[in-house]
Amino acid sequence: MTKQAKWANMRQLAGLLVLVAVSGLAQAEYKLNFQQPATKMAQNVYDLHVWMMYICGLIFVVVFGVMFYSVFNHRKSSGRAAATFHESTKVEILWTIVPTIILLLMAWPVTVTLLEMRDASNSDITIKVTGYQWKWSYDYLKGEGEGIKFMSVLSTPQEQIHNTAPKGEHYLLEVDNPVVVPVGKKVRVLTTASDVIHAWFVPALAIKQDAIPGFIRDAAFRPDREGTFRGQCAELCGKDHAFMPIVVEVVSQAKYTAWVAEQQKKMAALIDDPNKVWTLPELVKRGEAVYLANCVACHQVTGKGLAPVFPALDGSKIATGPKAGHLEIVTNGKPGTAMAAFGKQLSDAELAAVITYERNAWSNKAGDLVQPNEIKAARK
Amino acid sequence: MEATVQGHADTHGHGHHGHAPSGWMRWVTTTNHKDIGTLYLWFSFAMFMVGGVMALTIRAELFQPGLQILEPERFNQMTTLHGLIMVFGAIMPTFVGFANWMIPMQIGAKDMAFGRLNNWSFWLLPAAATLLVVSLFVPGGAAAAGWTLYAPLTVQQQGMGMDMTIFAVHILGMSSIMGSINIITTILNLRAPGMTLMKMPMFPWTWLITAYLIIAVMPVLAGAVTMILTDRHFGTSFFNAAGGGDPVLFQHVFWFFGHPEVYIIILPGFGVISQVIQAFSRKPLFGYASMVYATASIAILSFFVWAHHMYTTGMPVSGQLYFMYATMLIAIPTGVKVFNWVATMWRGALTFETPMLFALGFIVLFTLGGFSGLVLAMTPVDVQMQDTYYVVAHFHYVMVAGALFSAFAATYYWLPKWTGHMYDEKMGKVHFWLSLIFFNMTFFVQHFLGLAGMPRRIPDYALQFTDFNQISTIGAFGFGLSQLLFLYNIITCIRGGPKAPAKPWDGAEGLEWELPSPAPYHSWETQPTVK
Repeated sequence: MTKQAKWANMRQLAGLLVLVAVSGLAQAEYKLNFQQPATKMAQNVYDLHVWMMYICGLIFVVVFGVMFYSVFNHRKSSGRAAATFHESTKVEILWTIVPTIILLLMAWPVTVTLLEMRDASNSDITIKVTGYQWKWSYDYLKGEGEGIKFMSVLSTPQEQIHNTAPKGEHYLLEVDNPVVVPVGKKVRVLTTASDVIHAWFVPALAIKQDAIPGFIRDAAFRPDREGTFRGQCAELCGKDHAFMPIVVEVVSQAKYTAWVAEQQKKMAALIDDPNKVWTLPELVKRGEAVYLANCVACHQVTGKGLAPVFPALDGSKIATGPKAGHLEIVTNGKPGTAMAAFGKQLSDAELAAVITYERNAWSNKAGDLVQPNEIKAARK
Repeated sequence: MEATVQGHADTHGHGHHGHAPSGWMRWVTTTNHKDIGTLYLWFSFAMFMVGGVMALTIRAELFQPGLQILEPERFNQMTTLHGLIMVFGAIMPTFVGFANWMIPMQIGAKDMAFGRLNNWSFWLLPAAATLLVVSLFVPGGAAAAGWTLYAPLTVQQQGMGMDMTIFAVHILGMSSIMGSINIITTILNLRAPGMTLMKMPMFPWTWLITAYLIIAVMPVLAGAVTMILTDRHFGTSFFNAAGGGDPVLFQHVFWFFGHPEVYIIILPGFGVISQVIQAFSRKPLFGYASMVYATASIAILSFFVWAHHMYTTGMPVSGQLYFMYATMLIAIPTGVKVFNWVATMWRGALTFETPMLFALGFIVLFTLGGFSGLVLAMTPVDVQMQDTYYVVAHFHYVMVAGALFSAFAATYYWLPKWTGHMYDEKMGKVHFWLSLIFFNMTFFVQHFLGLAGMPRRIPDYALQFTDFNQISTIGAFGFGLSQLLFLYNIITCIRGGPKAPAKPWDGAEGLEWELPSPAPYHSWETQPTVK
């Protein structure tokens, strides 16, 4: 019998057991087990877990069958005298060897699955995923769609989180720009982070990989059905750890090709004319949008920050002082704090806009503005 | 163990503290193992309440989706302090309290080996606990990086709360190490004539092994948090890749402490359960020698499995395989212990007083926690479960139904010896059944939350997780309130109640039952001889 056939037999046996044992639970399976798998690997993990549940269930029934037999039949109240035996080498050797054999039975299929899971070679598409406090960015590095790049931020409105608006169907599991991949293609994910450790976790794809600042790790998945799959950051990464979800849309090859074309057009449109001279209202308008997407989590809509960890911008010395100092901190961040170096995340125009906005919003009335070419010059 | 006592129990224990101060100075200056044991037990109960209120605050926030009572930063501070206070302030000192009270009485020693060290190791604890609790109120708040204190989040956090936490961890570690030195010295040097190591009861045995674990790993934790401290303030880059460091290094060092820590918490509980099961089955412990060897093998293996907490950090597949196999091995000695307990009950003459009920609850629920541990050991399955509520459910089965239930069993078992009174048996049984039901209500459903993909340490969650979170919150409040019954029972038992005989449990074995109840202030001034 081949290995696969043996494994299939074991599965059949396990399947038979579940029907007998937990047919009641099976109806509510979607709530009591892993999410519906969307990759072969997720299915393998699902089956492994079920198989282990049978083994554990069986051991539980045997061991506690014996214990509860004692509890009900070996009571002092039934007038019995206690036996005096206190060892048996034979029995003790037996119950060391039997668990060892059971563990070996568990270890074999798990090893096979693990080796397959960690194989990220021969991928069709490679995407670099970068974790930021508290959002993700995606860089399509190789394969169809190469060069596409975008940030992905929670799109659930603050009113829903603070209970002033009814919560939507995908509350906390929705983003502005989902990751899109074609069905049936092997996708390799490279994870890294810019500040602290995050973890990229999508249950239906059986993928969870820590994103570690300064290092790159990899993982892979091959989705076998179309659909939208949702996950969340799985490593505590500070204040808004609960608010940086992951959405992966698996689409047909044709739709994917169309998406790639659309994204490339969008990206081309986003490139600002480097020589354009912006007016103050233009910069403030653009800057407010950039601020809401990147800065509000810490500095708040009101610009008041969250003392003492996240300083206020409203009335701050930096935002009302000389332009150079303001530009420096936004572009290069402040080492050792949560203030990221946004020079790596934003374009010249976006940086110019957000700095101008901060200098002219709330009670700040600096009145001056920063042009994109000043950023360009400062970067050198 | 077949120990008969030849030396006679001293009954002249009263009026013995000639020059000792009275009033509250008695408690500050005491070097008596029973006084210090009492201090440890009340301190840990207070911490259990503080950590419990934090847990209930967390559960109240999670009662429904959306943010209601805690902003995310506060929520993270709550989970962090709840973990640190329960592990270092509640569970560990509880068992040191039992050790102080019982080890000298059980091995026929006059007191602990080092009285003043004993006093000092206790009085360090309130200082550390104060640092932790006060850190909630300093600018920036308490540490918010989880009890595991993962870098670089801990390096990044502003404010002195994190530094106070680091200092508190140093002090707690010092206290545990001193306590352990005392326990090891007492057990190795002060046993009654004739009590060889292999005649010792299981409780001192498990503590002997635990004390070695503490001495081995607490300095490792101190090293890890010191590296965070120097990264924060002195420009080092242990955990910063830009300076040649590695954030994952922290996790390796932390879990090299953290995994043995799990066994530091549970091994003395194993000792308690072994003695309780034996007493209420009226039958000698089955496989005493294999119990000792199993405990020692668990302790040794615990040093070789740390990275099973780190399967998703991206270690090589060969590393994942090694840590998976090594972890599975621990199931074997643990299984042996469970089988031995069941075999001890087999054909005994069982009764079900409160200590026995908690011991049975322990065996069943701890085994469930062992099963979920085995599932988590399997790397590909763990990848789905790591950092989800499945892990939260798993370790609460081991910590609460394991360590805490065994502490309840120990308290009810030895309370008559400490106070000279019997506790209210009926109330004890109600306490057990309420704890059992509400514990499972709180934590069993968390397995399903984890399987469905709910991450841990989040103050707000997606709508599909609502039902189970509500059940869990109701269970948690029920569990918390049930503990007031325990407190009431203890206080009434201290104040009065039916007089306890020297040996209130007819199946109990051991030297402590040769002493009168309550045990005299100074016991075994003449050492007994054990045949």
